[in-house]
This record gives sequence, C-alpha cells and structure tokens, in this order.
Amino acid sequence: MSRSAKDINEQSPWQEMTPGGEIYEGGTARLTLTGEWRSNVPVWDPEKCKQCLLCAPYCPDASIPVKDGKRLDFDFDHCKGCGICYKICPFQAIRMEQEVRA
Amino acid sequence: MSFRERLSGNEAIAYAMRQINPDVFAAFPITPSTEIPQYFAQYVANGQVDTEYVTVESEHSSMSTCVGAAAAGARAVTATSSCGLAFMYEMLYVAASARLPITLACVNRTLTGPININNDHSDSMGARDTGWIQIYAENNQEAYDNYLQAMRISETPDVRLPIMICQDGFITSHAVENILLEEDSAVKRFVGEWNPEHALIGRDHPLAVGPYDTCPYCMEHKVQQAEAMKNAKRAILDVAADFEQTFGRKYGLFESYRMEDAEVALVLIGSTAGTAKACIEKLRAEGVKAGLIKIRVFRPFPMEEIAQALSHVQAVAVMDKSEGNSACGGPLFAEVRSACYDLETRPKMINVVYGLAGRDCAVEDVEKVYRHLLHILETGETGPRYLHMGQRSSEQEVL
Amino acid sequence: MAYNHKVELSKPERFVGGHRLCAGCGAGIVCRAMTRALDEGDKAVICNATGCLEVSSFLYPYTAWEDSYIHSAFENASATCGGVEAAYNVLKRKGKIDDTYKFLTIGGDGGTYDIGFQSLSGAMERGHDMTYFCYDNEAYMNTGIQRSSSTPRFANATTSPTGSVSLGKTQNKKDLTEIMAAHNIPYVAQTTFIGNMKDFHEKAHRAIYTPGPAFVNVMAPCPRGWQYKPELLPEICKMAVETCVWPLYEVVEGEWRLSYEPRRKLPVSEFMKLQGRFKHCFKPGNEWTIEAAQKYVDEKWEKLLSKCV
Repeated sequence: MSRSAKDINEQSPWQEMTPGGEIYEGGTARLTLTGEWRSNVPVWDPEKCKQCLLCAPYCPDASIPVKDGKRLDFDFDHCKGCGICYKICPFQAIRMEQEVRA
Repeated sequence: MSFRERLSGNEAIAYAMRQINPDVFAAFPITPSTEIPQYFAQYVANGQVDTEYVTVESEHSSMSTCVGAAAAGARAVTATSSCGLAFMYEMLYVAASARLPITLACVNRTLTGPININNDHSDSMGARDTGWIQIYAENNQEAYDNYLQAMRISETPDVRLPIMICQDGFITSHAVENILLEEDSAVKRFVGEWNPEHALIGRDHPLAVGPYDTCPYCMEHKVQQAEAMKNAKRAILDVAADFEQTFGRKYGLFESYRMEDAEVALVLIGSTAGTAKACIEKLRAEGVKAGLIKIRVFRPFPMEEIAQALSHVQAVAVMDKSEGNSACGGPLFAEVRSACYDLETRPKMINVVYGLAGRDCAVEDVEKVYRHLLHILETGETGPRYLHMGQRSSEQEVL
Repeated sequence: MAYNHKVELSKPERFVGGHRLCAGCGAGIVCRAMTRALDEGDKAVICNATGCLEVSSFLYPYTAWEDSYIHSAFENASATCGGVEAAYNVLKRKGKIDDTYKFLTIGGDGGTYDIGFQSLSGAMERGHDMTYFCYDNEAYMNTGIQRSSSTPRFANATTSPTGSVSLGKTQNKKDLTEIMAAHNIPYVAQTTFIGNMKDFHEKAHRAIYTPGPAFVNVMAPCPRGWQYKPELLPEICKMAVETCVWPLYEVVEGEWRLSYEPRRKLPVSEFMKLQGRFKHCFKPGNEWTIEAAQKYVDEKWEKLLSKCV
C-alpha cells in the first residue's frame, strides 16, 4: 500500500488511506495546479529585469523561483495571477496580460 | 512481586503514572481529580520522573497540549472530571480522529448544572461518542490495574485511539483502600516504550496532522476510526490476558457476578458493583437467584457478549448513574436493551437512573431494585421502563 | 548578521505553491517569509489555528508545508504548540531526538485576538520556546468577513455592516501587540510587508531564535475582505505604515524600539481610501468618521512614541 499523497485520490478505498488524514511528506500541495485559477498572467521581461528580487518575497504562491540569487521565469503551474509582482516591480519588467488558453 | 499498600484511587493513578513515567503531563485542577496532578507534581519536584509537566490554563488547553505532544511522538497524559471533560469536548474528538493514543484519568463527577462536585457518570457518558476507549473501575485496585493496561491498548497499531480510565469521584478517588501494587521495573516492562513510526519530530520525514478533510476523504477516515474501535475490543482482551499472566489479576470486557444461574440481574458501572455484590449475597442466602453484570469496557461496547450473558436471565434492571435526558432512559440502558434485541428470548428489562450528583445508593436501595425485578417476574408485567431511584417525591414512586 | 535579500530568497522554499489561498492573499506571504527566517538545517513544526490558512494549506492529501505541521482546532494553536515543544524537550532529554527544532504557531486574528487568546496568553506565560505569528487581516475571513476584535472602527464587515443607521464597526481595534508586550515575554514585534521585507525577516528571525516565547503580529491584507484589487497589497501595507495606522516596532526584553518613523506622517485617509471596507467614510456627511479615525491613530502613535527609547 502506497502512503504517498500522489497515490491517494478520490477513488482510494478507506483501507488504502492514511489513518487520521496524516501525510508523511512535505510540499505535496505542488500536485495541485492552482495556475488554472488564473485569468491574468504575468509576463516577465528578462531584458528589463535588474534581478533586484523585490518581486520574489511578495508572491503568495511561491511562484517566482530564485536560484543562486537570480529569479527565473514564473512557475505557471501555481501562479494565480494576482498581479502583486507586476505592481511592485520598480523596473516595469513584469506586465499583466489576459490569460489565453488553447 | 505484588505488594500491599493503602492508597486512595487518585493516589493509585498518580502512583501508576509515576511508574510509567510518561513524557508529557498536561495538568489542570478540578475536583475530584485534582489530587492526581498534585501528587504527580511532587514526583516532578522530587526528580522521580522525567516528565514535562505542563501546567496549562484550562482543560481545553490540557487536551490540546496532549494532542500536540502525542502527535510529536510523546506519551501524553492528563486527568480531569466533570466540567473539565466537558470543556475538552471538541478536543476529545480531535484526539480520537487524529488517532492519537492519549491517556486520560477521568474521575467521574456529575456535570453541571446546577454545579455539584459529587459522583455520577454524566461527564464521561457525555463523551461516549467522541471516539475514546472508556474503561471503568469498581475500586482502587481496578483503577490502578486499568491504568497500567491503558497505554498498551491505546497504542496498539490497529487501534491508535485515546483512552479514558474512569473511576468514581470521591467514592474511590478519595477513599483509601488496601490494594496490590506492582514493582516499578515490572510495570515499566509491562507497559513498554512507545516509538510510533510517524511523529512531528525526530523522524527522517515530516508529518502533517489534522487536514481539512474534504467530502471525498472524510467519511473514509471516519470509517477507519470506527474500525479501530472494533479492533480495540480484541486489544483490550489481549492486554488483559497478558496482564493476568504477568500480575495474576484477571480482567475482561465486563465482570459477571453470580450470573451462571441468575434469574434477575443488574447491569451497572463502577463502585455500585460492590454494593450490589453485598446485596446479591444477602438475596442468595434467601434463595433468590440474583446476579450482576459490571461493565468494565463501555467503549467499545461489548454488545454480543452482553447479549450472551443476559440470554438466560428473566428480568434485568440496567442501572444508569447518569441521566440521558432522552425521556426514555439513560445511555447504558440504550446500549444494553439494543444488545438484547437479537436474542431469541429477551429478558424483561427496566432502566433505573440512580445516584445522580452523589445521591447515595446503599445495599437496601439495590435490594429494592432486585425485589422489583422479582415482582415483575411474579406479575409478568414489566410496568414502567424508565424509573428514577433515590429522589424525594410527594408521590408514591415505583422504587 | 546583516540582511542579505538575495541569499535569503535563494533558500529552498518551505511553503510551496499549490495551496488554495486566494490570489494575492497576505497570509501566503507571511508563511513564506516566516519559514524563510528559519536557519537552513534547523527543522520546524508549524502549529496552525483553524482558518483560511489551515483549510488552504493542508487539504488532504496536499500540504503546502515542507516542515511538520499540525492543526487541531481554532482556539488552541498555542496550547497545541506548547504540547509539541514539551514533547521535544523531554524526548531530547531522553536522547530520542538529535535535530534542532523550532516551533512556529500561526493563526489569523480570529484565532489569535479572539477565540485563541486564552490559549495564547497561557502558552506565553508558561514560557514555551515558540514563536506565535499572527497574520492579522482584521476579520474572520474564512467564514466570510465577520468582524473580530481586530477589525478597525468603521470597517464594513458582514457582522458589522454599514446600513442606513450604521457606519460599520463601532469599536476600535484591540491592541494585541501591546497586550502581548504586557506579558513581559522576551520578544514582541509588529511588522508587515515593506520594501524588501528586511523588517519582517529580521523580526521573524529574532523571534524564532530568542529563547522562550515570542510574538510577531503581521498586518496581512485580505483583498476580498478589505475590498481592493489584489495587486494593491504592497501599497496598502506601505500606507498602513506611513499613516502610523500600523507602526513597525519591537519590544525586546521589555525595551520598546520603534523600527520606522515616517518622515512625514500621512493622513489616515490615505490608507482608508484604498479599501472598499471604508468606502462609506468618504461620503458627504461622514467626514467625522475619518476625523475620529485620525484622532485615534494620533493618540496611539503618541503613546507608542513615548514608550520607545
């Protein structure tokens, strides 16, 4: 019996679920793709970005990955498009666009 | 080797706690359980235990502290009575649903109101559906012995449920009796260590406890919990068997006293059993075939076993030391009568609510109940099923 | 050690995306910053009161926390944390635990100012080595924006609604930070999201690494409850500080220290006008509400200044 969050779903019988709703690993929320909630999408312009990283701590969804002191492009799996990063960027390196889905 | 000592019921519990040396004790005073944290505080003050003694600001916080400590992999204990248990109510459900083996010494006292400090079972009966295992004692010896068995039952892997070890406030908690105690090393060996596979701390992986459990999952978790309570029956008997082998005293789900040929019988919980046994001896001397079932384990309720034990009895009085406010009987009555439904031939059955808020129940009172059962047998008429005994009344009461 | 923004932001994330807080929720920012203040290598247990954060960050089987986490109820996060900390102390003493653990409790204002207040006060008094973070969004947001003792006067909330004879909540906001300071615990602070979050980070770090109990009150705006566009969060926090509605300060071992003093204190209306919950205050005839709010803020600010060294 797997006790990993990725193997527990709405079809799991009670015998195969963890007792009391415990989970034995961290960060399993990553499996939830909250990017689907988005109606506006931030667009990052690496040319304009000065890598000040002011945007990164303001993201409620941890969707501005930072590696070795530099930000990368958005984690669109989880970004909800709140626009805080766009508003706080002093260099207009982030703009908001309407989300278009194929 | 067992040895004899004079101890009150509260002292006996505190003594057992010291021997077990639990990791965390969340302490808050309430009559009549206050002495348990008091005695234990002295053990802490004397350096006799390693326990973190957390003097919380309420019973709600004592159960919350136990929840946190148990989830962290610690053995967590507390003691309470009456309003204290009621104040924990929500947390009792949390402890059980999070499957945390916490041990609570419940010194039964009536539940407000009006406020009163004396014994009945309304506090723990109010918590009967919270998902806790409930074991009741007749006397100080049983309180001690039940406590020694508690953790092994509740920590059994396919059980993992919290456990309440109940005794009658003042009647056993404050009365001093000569009882048999076991040596510290033997107790430690019997109870053993608890090292759960998962815990909030000290494991190579994190643990998340207490989710928001949406509709597609929550019922499954509740079914798991219900299964665990079924498993508890086996665990209680297994631990009792080992206890008997280790210490020589025998326990089951309930005690049958002179039941082998009983025609009339009482079913009751707690210290009144001693009074009833004295009454039975008196009646037996007169040739009355009287018997008694003393419930030890109320949760899980030993339904099939009780039905079996009553199958040959002709008239039964279920004695509830708490008022159900159902207008048709107390909680023990509901369980016992339900248990007997599947019998081919059912005994006639009445409910006697007695001893509320410390109202005394003497041998003569119990005798009245047996006489009433004999009267039912003679007349063939059960009469009113839901009776109170011991209250002053301006009318002629049945009992 | 001086705050290094790039180094701190490069740490592994301990509160991950995929939680179900609303877009732009202040609580998510608190959780990330709070766990970022933990030193790498130190483990933590997060104790969480029931509320938006709880139902959003641990929906079975999905936890947003990389660390161990426990939620038990609304009113008892502090007592639950005290139990975990007590277990740690004894298990460490018995040699069953090697790692260093830090104990963080987090609740909204409902779970902190109101229903969880007794539990918080008790845990602080007992001296557990834990830090309580309140994400203060000034109402019961999880149940739909009901007023709490933290809701400011005149705010429109669903149990203090505006109406033909009502201008929102009639009572002032409870000053919980001050009440916690009165517990004489080693560390109390008030912060919010300002600039590069240096203020938040330093206070959180100091709180977590001060032995004994610590309390950090974080103004964490809620776009839905306060009725503003989510992207305005940094502006609202800035105005809360520049108007002295939410002063930044800390109380270190009983010593009051102001963290920031605006060069020119802005009128309280600059904070209020950004939020729909105060919309009615700007209607003709209701000017007195803004005057009253200003007077209250001025008095509180002067009182705070007189306490600070």
